[in-house]
Parts: sequence; structure tokens; C-alpha cells
Amino acid sequence: MMGWLRSWEGGLLVVFLATLALNVSFAPEFLTVQNQINLFQLSVEKIIVALVMTLIIINAEIDLSVASVMGLAAVVFAYLLNQGWGGGSAALVCIGVGLLAGLVNAVLVARVGIPSLVVTLAMMICFRGFSRVIVQDTSLGNFPDWVTELGQKGLIGPLPLSLVLFFVLLVLLGVLLHRTGFGRQVVVIGTNAEVARFSGVDVARVKAILFVMAAVISAVAGVLYAARLGSVRGDSALGFELDIITMVLLGGVSIFGGKGSMAGVFLAILIILNLRNGMALMNITGHVQTGVIGTLLILSVLLPNIVGDLRARRARA
Amino acid sequence: MNGLIGRVSPQTLRLVALFLALLATVLFFSTQIEGYLSARMFNRISTSAAVVLPIAVGQAIVIMTRNIDLSVGSILGVVAYMTGQALGAMPEMHPVFAVLLAMGIGAVAGAINGIIIAWGRVPSIIVTLGTLALYRSFLVEYSNATTITTASLPQWLVDLPQASLFSIGALDVRVTVVLALAACLVVGVALSRLRAARKFLAVGSNPDAAKMAGIDAPRVVFVAFVLAGALAGLSGFIFLAKFGNITVVAGLGFELKSIAAVVVGGVSIMGGSGTILGVLMGTVLVDTIDNSLTRWELVSEFWRDALLGMLIMAAVTVDTLAARQLARMRRKDGGAE
Repeated sequence: MMGWLRSWEGGLLVVFLATLALNVSFAPEFLTVQNQINLFQLSVEKIIVALVMTLIIINAEIDLSVASVMGLAAVVFAYLLNQGWGGGSAALVCIGVGLLAGLVNAVLVARVGIPSLVVTLAMMICFRGFSRVIVQDTSLGNFPDWVTELGQKGLIGPLPLSLVLFFVLLVLLGVLLHRTGFGRQVVVIGTNAEVARFSGVDVARVKAILFVMAAVISAVAGVLYAARLGSVRGDSALGFELDIITMVLLGGVSIFGGKGSMAGVFLAILIILNLRNGMALMNITGHVQTGVIGTLLILSVLLPNIVGDLRARRARA
Repeated sequence: MNGLIGRVSPQTLRLVALFLALLATVLFFSTQIEGYLSARMFNRISTSAAVVLPIAVGQAIVIMTRNIDLSVGSILGVVAYMTGQALGAMPEMHPVFAVLLAMGIGAVAGAINGIIIAWGRVPSIIVTLGTLALYRSFLVEYSNATTITTASLPQWLVDLPQASLFSIGALDVRVTVVLALAACLVVGVALSRLRAARKFLAVGSNPDAAKMAGIDAPRVVFVAFVLAGALAGLSGFIFLAKFGNITVVAGLGFELKSIAAVVVGGVSIMGGSGTILGVLMGTVLVDTIDNSLTRWELVSEFWRDALLGMLIMAAVTVDTLAARQLARMRRKDGGAE
């Protein structure tokens, strides 16, 4: 299995270098530090959530409600700022909203035992609905200057806060997944929940922690999204789950759970960001870009299946 | 009481519960909204439910096989646009042929999903999440962001939404409603009477056992997705007739509406169980709530999505808990059957 993983990530590396080479040949200024930071920043909220989605999918679950939680947190943040709240306390309330959303998902999935696909699909509609209730069909903006500055300007050197958070989470969640007992429990449950239960793993607890973590991180990402854009609407972050899940699956994480690595997901993130940037450089419209991402999503699962079939056939022959 | 609940099948219980919920909803809103129990309101709800019904029936077939189709909303958009375009170019086209064309385009889109899911062994949620984006971006490219307008459509299609097939007292039953109900009836009867159609439920309830029983599971799943595509196509046709103006966002969000109707209608998301009568009642219930909320002055219409989400969650939670309770009671009875 390690061999397969290594080859998948090796493949990703080759694809990434090819995308990079293609982009550089189209636009020589592509490889500057500033452009790379820009390219990261355009999707930084999605890639932050992709990190925690990695753990959820390895656990053989899915969370379709992340984008709605992002949108809801962004809307609540903007609403509170407009009501004259301080940025810090408004952000804290948003994290509270995320915590609450995560607890709802966690209880329904881990305790009541409803498939996460259904729970998070219903919650995706529900949380999106709450955003619409708050902003109706208007948009909220007029944030204090320091909020927009924190969202856009560099915090450590040229790196903005959101990007710093991404790299911190990348390391933290990478260590959590690959180096701790909890991470091993996540993988074991993803491989076979029944076996995990019989070997004394508290399956419900692990799942609950993951869903709460996902919603809280999504809420933080939503606040960062609001701060970066400077204005939010009821449909902010709509449909982000497609990109997020695509990044994770392209990174070699199995949709059936039990398999995947943070390094693979990081490479997939690099590929998708560079691909989108490259397509934008070639004047390809956003809708076609989304179509390409959708195709990638299907291929990232279909290709390993086909390769597996071919190998099995060769082994039999 | 225990004995009674033990004897009545869970499906029947579900249908009775749904009917009571629908009755309660109508009674509640009739006290809140002036002139609610009128022929106009019946028309409004029946014609709007007619757009959702075929797509929900298709979604139900897919969910019965333990899969899901998130791309049906995009298929609806593509079909409504392409059918509208074809009718604009060939106004002489026979209405029956127009319906078949719509269902055919939908079936092709469904077949693409089905092939990748059934023989590529890629989970349906991944494939249809991908084609949800793919079909929509195809529509944007294909249409070049132009709009189909009512003016370009043949007169019979423009008149279709107002055409009644027959009237019961003051209640007019529109042609589009009959069309949707007919699709519902055909699938419903097939699922309960035809051996071939029962395979959808067999594959969904236990894929391994179905394989042992000699059922070609991938083929059954493939057919389910083709049917879902064709029925989304029928919804696309009714959508085209109802609205006339088709933009690139046509059908956006219909995948969620259809799943809501199916789940509220008591089809198990784990596959293997559910009835088309339930789907019909689920569709009508969701649509009644949707249409009534927009007219209810106490609550802003922006609550629609939030309430819809909560309704789905409540329906699934009650269903899961009730099914578990029922199973426990049956065990205690010592399997009296």
C-alpha cells in the first residue's frame, strides 16, 4: 500500500511540475513570490478547510456543510461588525457558531447514527438558509480598515494571516493524522469501523471530534473570507465544497476511507491552484474552470480503479 | 397498540404519517393565509409540484439502489435549454416528439453518470458532484450565455401551462400535472408489480445478496441513472413550458429539492426501501410548505431554505429513530411473523 501511495504522490509531483512549467512558459512572471502568494490567497479559505476535510474523508465520512458554515460565519461576522461589535468579539461569536454547527452534525452522525452524507446535505441547506435570513438579498460591507487589512495585507513578511494559518494547520493536522494515536484511530475507523469498535476504539467520540473540528475551522475560514473580500452576501462561499472535496480526493485520499496523506493533499492543492491560475492566464472562463475541476474529481477516483483493474488482469495472466 | 404497530408494515405507517403531516400543514396555513383553500392555490401548488415530481421520482429510483444523483438540477437546465432551442428552430415539431427529445437528452446525461458509476466503480456522490459542475459549465459554454425566451417558442408550448385536461368542480387539473402524475404512476406500478423493477430495491438493500441471486448489479445501477436522467429531462420539459425563459441558471438547486422530496417521502437513504406514493406525498408536502411560506406574512420568505433543511433533518431523524424502535419491538415480540 505504501508503494501505491508513494507512486500516487510521485505522480502528483510530476503533474504539479508540468503545470508549473506550462504556466511559466505562458507567463514568465508567474514564479515570483508575490504571484505565488496571490495565487494561494485567492483560494486560501478553501485550502484551509480541505486540510480538515482530509481527516473526515479518511475517516470514511463526508461533510458537505462546510461551505455553508463558512458562508454563515462570514455573514454573522459582517452583521456583528455592522452592529458596532469589535472585530475580536465578533470573530469569537463566529467560532461559537461553528462550534454549534459542528455539534449538531456530530450528534446526528455519531450519536443518532444517520449517514453523514444526509446529515451534512440537510445542514448545508439549513445553514445556507440562516445566512439568507440574516442578510436577505442585500450585501454587508463597511468593515473597519484594520479588518480588511488583516484579511489582505502581509502579517509575517508578505504572508497574510490566512496563509500563516494554513501552513500552521497543515503541520498541526499532518502531525495529528500521521504521528498520534488519535490519527491512527481516524485511519482504523476509516478502514473498518466494525473492527475499530471491537478493538475498543470509541468510534462515536472520534467522529464527533472530527465534525466539530471541521465546522470550527470552516467558521474561522469564513471569517477570513469576509475579511479578505470586505463584503459578504447570502451566497458567499456557495459551492466551495466541490473544490474542497476535489482537492482532497485528487490528493489520493480514498473516498471509502482508510487511505490518504496530508502530503498528497498539499500537492493536489498546489496543482489545482496553479491550474486555475494558468487557466485564468489563458483567459478560460470561471465556468469552464469549474468544469475542468469537476472532470479532475471524477478522474482522480476513476483512474486508480482502471489502473487497479489492469494490474489485477496482468497478475492473473 | 404494540400489536397493531407490529402488524402494520413500516411503509404503511410512513405513508399514514406523511398524509397526516400534509393534512396538518394545509389546515395550519388555511388559518394563517386568507383565501388559502382556493382553486388558485391548488393550481399554484399543483403546477409547481409538477416540475419537481418527475425529477424526484428519478432521484428516488437512484436512492433506492443506494446511490445519489446530485447532477439532476444541471441536467434539467441543459435539457430545458436544448429542447427550447430545438423547438425554436423547428416549431413544427410534434409535442410528443418534443417530450421524447427532452427525455432523450436527459437519458444521455444520465447514461454518462451511470457508466462511470456502474462500471468505473466510482462512488455516485463523486461522479455526480463532478457532473453537476460539468453539465452546468457545458450549458454555459453551449448557450454562450444567451437566453431562451418565450417569444421564440411555439404557441402550443406557451399555452401548455394554462391548459387543463379536465376539471373536478372548481379545481382545474393542468396537462403538465397529468404528465408528471403519469410518470409517477408508471414508475410506481412498475416498482410494485414488475420483477425487473424490483431489482432496484434488491440491489439497494443488499448488493452482495443481489449479486448472489444472479442480479447484474452494475447494469441495474446504470439503468437507474439513465431513468433518473430521462425523468430529469421530463422535468426540464415541464420547466420550459412553465417558465418559458431559460437562462444558464435554470434548475439550479433542483438536486436538493429532489433529495428533500425523496427523503421526506420516506425513501431510505441507505437504499432498499421506499415507495413512489411516498415520494409523491413528500414532493407535495415540501412544495406546499415552500409555496405557503412565501405567502405567510408572519415569516419572511428568506426562512424558506432554513426551514427546508430543518424539515429534511427532522424527517430523517424521526425515520431513523422510529425504524430502530420498531426493530427493537419486533425483536422483543420474538419475531411473531
